[in-house]
Amino acid sequence: MNDSRALSPAIEISGLSKRYGTVEALKGVSFAIQRGEFFGLLGPNGAGKSTLINIVAGLVRQDQGRVAVLGYDTVKDWRRARRAIGVVPQELVFDPFFTVEQVLEIQAGYYGCGREVRPWIEQLIERLDLGGKRRASMRALSGGQKRRVMLAQALVHRPPVVILDEPTAGVDVELRRSLWRFMRELHDEGTTVVLTTHYLDEAQDLCSRIAIIDRGAVRVIESTEQLLARHPFRFLRLKLADGAQLPDALRPLVTGHKNGALELKLERDRHPIGAVFAALKSAGVDIEDVHTREPDLEDIFVELTAARVPAVQQG
Amino acid sequence: MDMQATPPIELRRFSDRIGFVTLTRKEVRRFMAVLGQTVTAPVITALLYLLVFAQAMAGRASAYPGVSYTEFLVPGLVMMAVIQNAFANSASSLIQSKVMGNLVFLMMAPLGPLEWFGAYVAAALLRAALVAAAMLAVVTPFVHLPVRAPLALFAMFLLAGGSLAVLGIIAGIVSQKFDHIAAFTNFFIMPLSFLSGVFYSVHSLPPLWFHASRFNPFFYMIDGFRYGFFGQSDVSILASLLWSAGFLVAVSAVCLWMLASGYKLRR
Repeated sequence: MNDSRALSPAIEISGLSKRYGTVEALKGVSFAIQRGEFFGLLGPNGAGKSTLINIVAGLVRQDQGRVAVLGYDTVKDWRRARRAIGVVPQELVFDPFFTVEQVLEIQAGYYGCGREVRPWIEQLIERLDLGGKRRASMRALSGGQKRRVMLAQALVHRPPVVILDEPTAGVDVELRRSLWRFMRELHDEGTTVVLTTHYLDEAQDLCSRIAIIDRGAVRVIESTEQLLARHPFRFLRLKLADGAQLPDALRPLVTGHKNGALELKLERDRHPIGAVFAALKSAGVDIEDVHTREPDLEDIFVELTAARVPAVQQG
Repeated sequence: MDMQATPPIELRRFSDRIGFVTLTRKEVRRFMAVLGQTVTAPVITALLYLLVFAQAMAGRASAYPGVSYTEFLVPGLVMMAVIQNAFANSASSLIQSKVMGNLVFLMMAPLGPLEWFGAYVAAALLRAALVAAAMLAVVTPFVHLPVRAPLALFAMFLLAGGSLAVLGIIAGIVSQKFDHIAAFTNFFIMPLSFLSGVFYSVHSLPPLWFHASRFNPFFYMIDGFRYGFFGQSDVSILASLLWSAGFLVAVSAVCLWMLASGYKLRR
């Protein structure tokens, strides 16, 4: 590996465009994922996440632009690029003709791995709690077990970069937590992990940097901390005494009602909490209960994807 | 077809031997796992054809001197089974993987067009060889089959089985559901294999059909294969070899282009 490649990002995407008929799935997307990151790729359905992942994985050809994995171009140097990456597809797919062990051996073989990979396959089977199912036919597994086999398939050739496309979609809480634990272990071992998920708490807990993609363009790409601090608002939940009415001046701040309480969205600079209480007091409104909440990733996600935030390009 | 701005993946030599061997073994295991459907059933079907036609046409004059009608029939039926099973193996494997969605595991792997091509063709040839061997093993005690030109016999098996295996890959790539494969089989493979001189010598046909048969690549496959047994055929063995080799080259070129460009696969 030459010096420039040794320093190259885990995944580098430049000017990536893809069109399906009249739909522009990706509009010149550019960003880089550094080695060792736990990176979250978020966006609503149809945002272009899966198209992006499919292009990185070599499942879809881009119309324009370039993708490199560890410096290897996915078109010109596709063999090396594909060896460097493991992808867990979003759909629950499996080969019904084979057992768990056979599926993993076959997948390892596709990547040129022979007997030497056998101990690693054993380790994957044990770590993913598939020991009791190693000789079971794929069609006899539960949905959660099939998903764990898919994860093992993506890892069987020990790729330095792993992409998990909604790995916890439709799995129960216990499996979801065990998958989180496994993903953290992988990352601790030095693997670059890219995660797409609809569970924003999952992205908030696991990812050190997040890109939000919408309508084929990256809306924001920042560290999770920066992203959470990015929007200077907080939420105030008020339960008013029976019959009390919110003063007119505060009504535009109401964003929701829940269990008889009102949720107000306050900008830190313009709407200090003290001013809200002063307005309530001067209007003679009695308060039964008060609760404040800092914005989480979900609030920011909704804000960014609902508004037409201009796309960003990062090298 | 969509025009791709990015160039197609370059064709290379077999740079990943383990990958190729793994894919070949996987494809063989796939049809071996359902041997009843993939080998036994076609053997029984072909033997039923043999039984019915041999009985019904028992009094018919033979096409070649010293060769009975039943003897004449067997090589044609064996080659028809080779044609149909080589096609079915590649086509059904690909369409199953597409419909089940598990083709992504192969598509994401660092396996090139030549490895895909080689593995699917090798597995299809093995299935076709098993079907052919089983048929011959069953009929040999009852039907005298000399092997006058073993090299021609083997070459015709490889050319015909290979061509149909490749056509199966093409059908698998182009098709999006099982119905499409059924259409390929019912409207292309079956008619051409039935109208290729399996049950008769083309010299017994009216002039129009005689000439039409000479544009059917399956006719040369069957005629050349029959030459391998009897040393006699409707057209020269050289014509059969050249037609079959040309057909194999043509379909292979199309297939390799499809695999290399990602046609209908990597859209």
